[in-house]
Amino acid sequence: MIERPETAVPSIAQRNLEGYVGFANLPNQVYRKSVKRGFEFTLMVVGESGLGKSTLINSLFLTDLYSKDYPGPSQRIKKTVQVEQSKVLIKEGGVQLTLTIVDTPGFGDAVDNSNCWQPVINYIDSKCEDFLNAESRVNRRLMPDNRVHCCLYFIAPSGHGLKPLDIEFMKRLHDKVNVIPLIAKADTLTPEECQLFKKQIMKEIQEHKIKIYEFPDTEDDEDSKLIRRIKEKMPLAVVGSNVVIEVNGRKVRGRQYPWGVAEVENGEHCDFTVLRNMLIRTHMQDLKDVTNNVHYENYRSRKLAAVTCNGVDASKARGTLTKSPLAQMEEERREHVMKMKKMETEMEQVFDMKVKEKKQKLKDSEAELERRHEQMKKNLDAQYKELDEKRRVFEDEKVNWEAQQRILEQQKLDASKTMEKNKKKGKIF
Amino acid sequence: MASTEIARQAGEGARAVPLAGHVGFDSMPDQLVNKSVNHGFCFNILCVGETGLGKSTLMDTLFNTKFEGEPTQHNQPGVQLKSNTYELQESNVRLKLTVVNTVGFGDQINKEDSYKSIVEFIDAQFEAYLQEELKIKRTLHSYHDTRIHACLYFIAPTGHSLKSLDLVTMKKLDSKVNIIPIIAKSDAISKSELTKFKIKITSELVSNGVQIYQFPTDDETVAEINSTMNGHLPFAVVGSTEEVKIGNKMVKARQYPWGTVQVENENHCDFVKLREMLIRVNMEDLREQTHTSHYELYRRCKLEEMGFKDTDPDCKPFSLQETYEAKRNEFMGELQKKEEEMRQMFVQRVKEKEGELKEAEKELHEKFDRLKKLHQDEKKKLEDKRKSLDDELNMFKQKKTAAELLLNQAQQAGGSTTLKRDKERKNFF
Repeated sequence: MIERPETAVPSIAQRNLEGYVGFANLPNQVYRKSVKRGFEFTLMVVGESGLGKSTLINSLFLTDLYSKDYPGPSQRIKKTVQVEQSKVLIKEGGVQLTLTIVDTPGFGDAVDNSNCWQPVINYIDSKCEDFLNAESRVNRRLMPDNRVHCCLYFIAPSGHGLKPLDIEFMKRLHDKVNVIPLIAKADTLTPEECQLFKKQIMKEIQEHKIKIYEFPDTEDDEDSKLIRRIKEKMPLAVVGSNVVIEVNGRKVRGRQYPWGVAEVENGEHCDFTVLRNMLIRTHMQDLKDVTNNVHYENYRSRKLAAVTCNGVDASKARGTLTKSPLAQMEEERREHVMKMKKMETEMEQVFDMKVKEKKQKLKDSEAELERRHEQMKKNLDAQYKELDEKRRVFEDEKVNWEAQQRILEQQKLDASKTMEKNKKKGKIF
Repeated sequence: MASTEIARQAGEGARAVPLAGHVGFDSMPDQLVNKSVNHGFCFNILCVGETGLGKSTLMDTLFNTKFEGEPTQHNQPGVQLKSNTYELQESNVRLKLTVVNTVGFGDQINKEDSYKSIVEFIDAQFEAYLQEELKIKRTLHSYHDTRIHACLYFIAPTGHSLKSLDLVTMKKLDSKVNIIPIIAKSDAISKSELTKFKIKITSELVSNGVQIYQFPTDDETVAEINSTMNGHLPFAVVGSTEEVKIGNKMVKARQYPWGTVQVENENHCDFVKLREMLIRVNMEDLREQTHTSHYELYRRCKLEEMGFKDTDPDCKPFSLQETYEAKRNEFMGELQKKEEEMRQMFVQRVKEKEGELKEAEKELHEKFDRLKKLHQDEKKKLEDKRKSLDDELNMFKQKKTAAELLLNQAQQAGGSTTLKRDKERKNFF
């Protein structure tokens, strides 16, 4: 199911009015302004050629959108899938509507239809992108809303079930645009066949988890009943016609067969009126709202998330989606500043440590040097002392010896003197 | 005017086609109105005026209910803004009304900064909306809009002219909010004085270039009444929540000894006109003006401040993605540059420190060399000393040996002499 966002409920005081104020006129003011502004709506029709898309559009809007002057795509044979838009301005009851019909000729017509949905997706995305760019400009002006509000998907009335192409297409587009599947050319199915076909289709849609457009819940009981009845008829089986035929005096749009007339606007013949009422008379605004609030917002958040989180993996990115890209950058900036601070302190620490180491080494070297120098000095001193000691000894010895020598000399002198005396005394002997 | 622009734009490229019957999209305005009614409406009023001019009473009278708040004293140190939100309902229309009061306005001796808190408050509401709008995942349609839609400026009933505080404040506010000036407590002014007063006020506003809110005259349904009312500005109002019996009805009035001023009597004051214009006729337009003019102006200034542009230097329009990517690249580049700078700074410091340490190391080596040299010198000295000692020792030894030899010889000779003598002596004996 397409989720509808919840409305926030703030805590506010209630007050009762004790008299006439006048803001009950607000709806009228809104009415007035909207009529002045005019309305826009873009409707896309997708389906194989020959399913009656153009005819249905003409029947829906009771106009010849495609005529001799403006031939529709079905008149031209396409080789590849094109996406073409036609814009018309229609007025009714003072209300102006700019209707854009987007046709996809060539869809599903080739032999190999792989990726035939790609041009369609590209078109839808490009309209969203235009709107996003216009919304994000600095100088904004009133933006025309060219986004695709609704996609009518035409299913061929085979009576069996959905074709693989149908499933593939709806799966790829259900989260980009409001998809409303229709059974085309329903006048080829009997009511029983149609019932079975519808049941089968809905079953397959649920199996493949395809999210088709859902009607919003209303509190009104009448409306709820109506909506439930419409839901039971999904997908709507439609018949279109460009021709007005007279039946029982009435002029009706229909298809003339030998066996009767299939009336377009007859509720028992097909669901055309249901489609018209739902698409135009009651839920046109809601289709626009869901496009704006759900599909466009999804596109936008995907686009902006890609810009801010390139390179960041999904798990980290989850918490960042609530901010704008700028706030995101601000936070990254702050983180970066913190990281830098940490890096700075780390670098400081490493730096200081290395300096300390170096200084320590130097100190050790110095101490070693001092020590060695001290050692050598001590050594030297010791040697000096030794030398001095030796000298002292030597000196002592020398002095002693010299003293001895002197004594000896003296003795010798004395002896020679005595001998001399003795000699003088005569020879004793 | 913006609305006709959109109609013209929508018409561009679209051809008008006639309708062959009733399609039903003339219910679009009703669909829109239903959606708005279901969603509820929101309106925010700011009341600016000096203490005691009857702002709260007027609000109570306008909305026929009792809002919160007691009368404030005159001794507020600065201007504060107090806001209260209320849920009101009239028939099936729900209105979320926020009333913001300026407390302490005009009470200070120095009123130069009085307008600042008001401007800040208004800007803060714009900022909150802008932030929400810029988020990646946003919920705009359920966002409680707090932007000020109308500013009722209360003028004191002096009867002469506007006060300079009034002119200064209104000049600062006129580009940010829809200003509706009203003459408060106008039961103090006589009718003739009132006319003169109104003319004086209007001319002063014009000559000072103050843009007050003009009721719109582009929609034919309300053009006439709006243009008439534009001529009655500023409205002279009287507020009262007390009821007095007049005739056989209870009416809101103020009772004086000389008569009763009836609030809802158009001859007595312009209260009814104010209510008509503010609430019943132009409430939606006030909201629209706030969103499309005042908010857009704020947004434009803010985005330009942040460096966003709509076109690059070659005048090609930027897409949103490009803008964000460019900003992101710039931002990343900045961060990287900062990182580089820090790294460089560190490299520089390391180099310097290394240089210092190398110097220290060199010094140490030099010191070591010096010491070594010293040591060498000392060693040499020692060696020399040792050598000289050894030489002396040798010399001494030689001397000693020579002397001993001599002694021995002498002894031998002497010994033989002595021996001879002794022998002779012996022989003698």
